[in-house]
This record gives sequence, structure tokens and C-alpha cells, in this order.
Amino acid sequence: MENFASLMHGFSLALTSYHVMLMIVGVMLGLLVGVLPGLGAPNGVSLLLPLTFSMDPASAIILLASMYWGALFGGSTTSILFNIPGEPSSVATTFDGHPMARKGEATRALTLAFMSAGFGALIGVVLITFLSSWAARFALRFSAPEYFGVYFLAFAAFIGMGSASPFKTIVSMMLGFALGAVGMDSVTGSLRLTFGFDQLLPGISFLVAVIGLFGIGELLVTMEEGLAFNSVATRVSPREVGRTILEWPRYWVALLRSSAVGCWMGITPGGPTAASFMSYGLAQRWSRRPEEFGEGRPEGVVSPETADHAAGTCAMLPMLALGVPSSATAAVMMGGLMIWGLNPGPMLFTEQHDFVWALIASMYLGNVVAVVLVLMTVPLFAAILRIPFAIIGPIIVAVCFIGAYSVNSNAFDFWLVLVFGVVGYLFKKLDYPLAPLVLAMVLGDKAEDAFRQAMIMSQGDLTVFWSNPLAATIMTAGLLLLFMPLVSFGVRRVRRLSVKS
Amino acid sequence: MLRKSSLLVAMAAMIMAGGTAVAADWKPERPVEFVVASGAGGGTDNFARTVQKAIAAHKLMDQSIAVLNKGGGSGAEAFIYAKTNAGNPHKLIFGTNNVYLLPHVTKLGYTTADLTPVAAMALDEFLIWVNAKSDYKDAKSFIDAAKANPGKIKVAGSQSKDTDQTLVSLIQQVTGAKFTYVPFNGGGAVNVQLVGGHVDANVNNPSENIEQWKAGALRPLCVFAPKTLEAGPKIHDGKGWSDIPTCKSAGIAIDSYEMPRTIWLPAGVPEGAVAYYRELFKKVSETPEWKDYVQRTSQSGQFLTGAAFDDFRKTDEANATKVFVAEGWAIK
Repeated sequence: MENFASLMHGFSLALTSYHVMLMIVGVMLGLLVGVLPGLGAPNGVSLLLPLTFSMDPASAIILLASMYWGALFGGSTTSILFNIPGEPSSVATTFDGHPMARKGEATRALTLAFMSAGFGALIGVVLITFLSSWAARFALRFSAPEYFGVYFLAFAAFIGMGSASPFKTIVSMMLGFALGAVGMDSVTGSLRLTFGFDQLLPGISFLVAVIGLFGIGELLVTMEEGLAFNSVATRVSPREVGRTILEWPRYWVALLRSSAVGCWMGITPGGPTAASFMSYGLAQRWSRRPEEFGEGRPEGVVSPETADHAAGTCAMLPMLALGVPSSATAAVMMGGLMIWGLNPGPMLFTEQHDFVWALIASMYLGNVVAVVLVLMTVPLFAAILRIPFAIIGPIIVAVCFIGAYSVNSNAFDFWLVLVFGVVGYLFKKLDYPLAPLVLAMVLGDKAEDAFRQAMIMSQGDLTVFWSNPLAATIMTAGLLLLFMPLVSFGVRRVRRLSVKS
Repeated sequence: MLRKSSLLVAMAAMIMAGGTAVAADWKPERPVEFVVASGAGGGTDNFARTVQKAIAAHKLMDQSIAVLNKGGGSGAEAFIYAKTNAGNPHKLIFGTNNVYLLPHVTKLGYTTADLTPVAAMALDEFLIWVNAKSDYKDAKSFIDAAKANPGKIKVAGSQSKDTDQTLVSLIQQVTGAKFTYVPFNGGGAVNVQLVGGHVDANVNNPSENIEQWKAGALRPLCVFAPKTLEAGPKIHDGKGWSDIPTCKSAGIAIDSYEMPRTIWLPAGVPEGAVAYYRELFKKVSETPEWKDYVQRTSQSGQFLTGAAFDDFRKTDEANATKVFVAEGWAIK
């Protein structure tokens, strides 16, 4: 109840016309950087940071946080329309979002994505409001074995499904691990797989790979198939938006499950990207028609979007309460806090009471503003698909390359995008799944670090992963998820045999 | 209006630099890039952005500034970037002592000769921190425990073979204790590990741990500085920075261990550019924004350029290299 009073106080601070204007500006800017693949929320926020130096900290964080929400929304737009994830965390949205757009359901997919994203964010803020101190204490219980458990769980949730042959999945995943290992190894400080190229020293940027694999790869396929988006008669009417909003509550199971996954991954610094993959995997596993995933199932859009935003929102909590950012954007904002003269950490909530609660209140308002704004843009975005490919195709290529460059301002990344574009094309032609590669690239490196840290801490004793109830629970859940398909396959086999005999 | 005021600033700068004619010869003609050798939000990032803020607030430079984070490979990405931009006086590189220490432990595509030293603006301190719930009340009991249980005491640090691990190795060398060093990514994660009780100690900088100390979760044992730190406000339980004993007085024979916040230019830039930036950063070091940053992060605000910076660097490099050789990290 005390939190509730604080929240009301926060609303009284955040609900000024100046702050609402900042939210609108922030969301708009965020949408813009989110739509441009590669630019993304972390880069956008760090570009905007110098402008906030002269602002009051509460106004500054409201502007930056609104930009973050806007970017999260914008990232889904290009995923659905062009199969180009604007943000790493919207990769999973492409799996079903883009097929929906190709079937002529772009408006429906966008509306579902935005509504679900708004819902996920809302659940995240509610959690921050009422459970902040509990969640912060919970996050403290995580060390290397628990981190490894979380990554393992995300892997296990996503693996063992999909229509591709298991061997192709393994090849794709191993390639992802290898790509994730490029660069400096943080545990030993030595270089791996750089082959003497200085440009590979920072590693291969996940975003650059994704822009190539998905964006350029998709374009190559489209060109081969006759230079047209197969977007037969995309319905572009505000009425379609309204209809979809009415249809949306039907996915309440996916919404609740994905919010839980998102909040969990946001607090235990697994991050929004891992959350969206895990949530997609679980949605498919528990679906009655798993084989339809990847062909344009609405749940395949609802689940990753909800989890992505719930995690993105919850990621603010460890940053504020512990000074540990669990997403790249949160890291930039934390830098901002320090420059404004605030120290994120356990004392922030008591010492900067007004600031914290104004921020939390602005999360509610900012997300409402964002959902309203993006829903208004849906018909506009969906109409883009009606532009002839001869015009939009070259624009997409340009956007892809600009996006790839803006990730690290490194001209070498142009070549990487081209190489990954060809890889993406070949993968599609040979029917290799891309998702395992992407997942391995995002999580492989982190999981490896966590595993080796755990091994150093336990001096090589593998039982460390079962040394306390928390780690043991996560690891056991992961193992169960991993072997569930095998077990159910075995059970079916045994049953069939017993029926026959 | 804007142009007039910037003209005034330029004139004022010229008058101030009247004696040193060289400095007034060169001025940036294009926007200047601050290349940060860490990710956004890291210590080096805050350093560079504070300088940017001070320059903007006092209009110390006519050209605008863009901050670019190149933190890959423990910061080596930024230094290689300097090499590829040799002779370009519009790129400033912000780092620590990693500029000249990294090439000793990892084979990289640059050497220190690819950069021109401009200035060191502050020295960041190191302390031994333990969890407030632990039994270690002073440095001696902590070291004794490590001697009694070799390898059982876990110390977390930011990276592998970085300033943290070098310091831990140094402590091992001078005391004969044996720790297990666990590299986590960045000071924030290192902190959570200690507060959560997963490791026994860390050697974080003051600014990385002050909030946890204030909250009563961590306890500082000693500081690796020649003398105790400046007082400042009381932080926890009636104690402030000046109440922490030096590690030397606590029986760990390390005189001082400090990390400089440094600024560099690529090699082959005009002499006048180096002089211009030295003058600029000297002015930055006198602004209230900078003083506030130094005080808030409990660093020592020492402005070093020219021979003084060179001397500091040589000593620092020689000391670190000894540890690298002893630990077998040094590359041939």
C-alpha cells in the first residue's frame, strides 16, 4: 500500500503537460530508431543522451525511457513487414509475423504485436511497482551457476521443436556457437577465431548477422521468386485494427504465460532477446497445432512480443535497484543517471524517491502513449507493402546497410552483411532453420562465460549446478524441457507397441 | 547571437593562451569524435561524457562533439581505430592504462606507438571490499584467512588479465596468500556477486561500490593509495572515505595502485593539435562539472600531461609488466 501511495505521488509528478509532451516526442523518436534496423534502442538512447544533460533528471529519464518503449515497438514493425528485425529482441517475431504479412494479414499481425507488447510492458510495470524490493533481493541470489541455468532453460525451451530435420538444426546451432565465440574471450582474455583480422576483435555483432541473414537473405529469395511481395491484397483499414483488438483477448493464455516468462528473464538478467525466444518456444510446444508455427500463427506473434516487452520493462528494475543493467539500453540509461548526478543502487529508492516514482509512473503513461501512437500508424505501415517492389526493394537494401553500419560505425560490417545475406539465402534454399543459429549466437557466448565462471568458482566440480535449491530447480526444469520431446516420443512408441501386441 | 558568443569564447581562449602561441595556431575544423574504449555506461564512458558535458556547458570548443563507443576486445577496438585514423586530429581516444597495458598480454593489431598521449585527468583508486556480513573486519584477518585456506577465497573482478586481476596477483605476490580469481563482466556484475555472497571479495573502484557501502551491504577493508583518501561526507555508520586505512599500513606492501583516466590522439597528428587539446582539457579539469565528477566518484583529480604523464606511464607500465611476467601472461 505504501508503494501505491508513492505511485500516486509519481503520477502527480509525471502527469504534467511538459512530461506528456516529452513522452510523445520520445516515443516518436524511438519508433523511428526502432524501425531502422541496427540503429536500435541502445544507439538511439546514447545519441539522445547529450541533449538531456541540461534537463532535470526526472524529465530526462522520462524522455529516454519513452524512447526505449518506442524503439521496442518500432522493432516489431520491420520484423513483420519485411522480415528484418529492427531489434535483436524482435527476431522471434519474424517467425510468424512475416508469414502473416505475406498472407495479406499485415494489419492483423501489427495490431496483435502492438497490443501484446503493451500488455507485456504493463505487467512488467505492475511487477516493478509492487514487488520491486522483493525482485531486487531475488536477483541477488543469482551467480554463475544460476545464470548458466537460465540460459540453459532458454535453450531447452526452444530446442527439440521445429519442422526441420534435427541434424540440420544441430548444424545451424553449431555455426551459431562458432560465430558467437569470435572475438576476445572474457574468461582468459585471449582472442578466438579472428584469423588476424583486427575488425573481428570485438566479435561479430549479432545485429549485423541478423540484418544479413534475415533482411538481405529474404530480399534475395524475393528477387528470385519474381520481384514481388506475395502480399496479396493487404487490407489497410482502421476497421481491421478495431476487429483485431476485439479478437486479441482470445490469446489470454499465451499473454499470461509470456508475461511470466518475460518478467522472469528481465529480473534474472537473461534479457529481452532470450525471453522472446523462450516464450516462442514454449508457445509452440504447448500449442495444439505446433506444426502450424512458422506459417503465420497469431500466437507466434503474441508470445514473443509480450515476453520481449515484459522483459524490457523489468530490465529497468535491476538497473535502478542494484546498479546492474540487464539490457544494453538499460546500460546506456544507467550511464545517463550517473552523469545527471544520481547513483543507481539500493539507496536510489530512498534517496531519490521522487525520481524513481516519477519514472515508474511514466512507464505506465509512456506505454499507453506508445500503444495509442503505434496503433494509429498501423494502416500507414501496412500500406507500405502496396508499394511496388522495384521501389521498396532498393530502399530496404539501403536501410539494411545503413543499419548495419550504425551498429558499430565499422565499414567492415558491410562485407559481413553481404556474406550473411548469402548464407541466409542458402539456408533458405537448403531448408536449414535460421532460428537455432540466431539463438546460439545470442546466448552461446553468455552461457559459455557463465559455465566457465561456475567452473572456476567450484574448482571444476559439476555438482555446483545442483548445489542450491534455486540452481537445481532451474537446471532440472531445463533438462525436463530438453528431454520432454524424447520422452513423449518414447511413450508414444511404447503405447503403439502395446496396442499392437 | 550564437556565433557572436562563440566568437567571444574563441577570443577569450586566444587571450588566455596568449603566452603559448603554439596552442592558438591549431583549432578543430570539423566536429570532434570522442572514441570511448568501453561500452556505454562503463567507467570510461562516464569519464568521456563528463568531459563532453563540461565542454558544452562552458562552450570551451567551437566544434560539436560526438561520442562513439568502441569497447570491443577490452577496449582494443578503440585503439585499433586510432591506428586506422593516424594523423587525424579530430579523433580523441578515451581510456585507462589499458592503452599501454593491453599489448603486453594479448597479441593485438596496435602498439602504444600508434597513439599520441594527451593527458591523464584523474586517478581512480582501488580498495579491498568484503560483504558486510563476513567476519573480515580488517585487511589482516582477510589475508590471514586466504593464507590459511589457499585458493578457497574467491575474488571477483571485471575481466581477465585486467587491472583487477593484476592487483589480485600483486597482493598474492607480496603477501604469499592464494586466491581464486573469477572474471565477471564489468564492475556492476562483480558487485552483485559480492553483495549476494557468491564471492568473498572484490577490488572495485570507490564509485562502483559506494551505493552498496551506503546501504550497509559491503565493507571496505583498505585502500591502495599512498595516503588515506579525502574526507568527503560520511557514508555509512559514521565512516567516510578518509576512515579507510591504506593497505600498506594494514600490512599489504603495495605503495599505491591507481588507474589513470587517459586521453589520446592518433599518432602523427600536428604538434599544435596536441597542445590545443592539452589546453582544452586543462580548462575542463577546472570546471565545477569536472570537480563534481571527481568528488562524486572519489577519484584523485590529478591533471598530468607531457613529461609528468610520460613518467607516470613508464612507472605504471614497468610495475604491471613485472606482474605479467611473473604470472606468465606476458606475450613474447
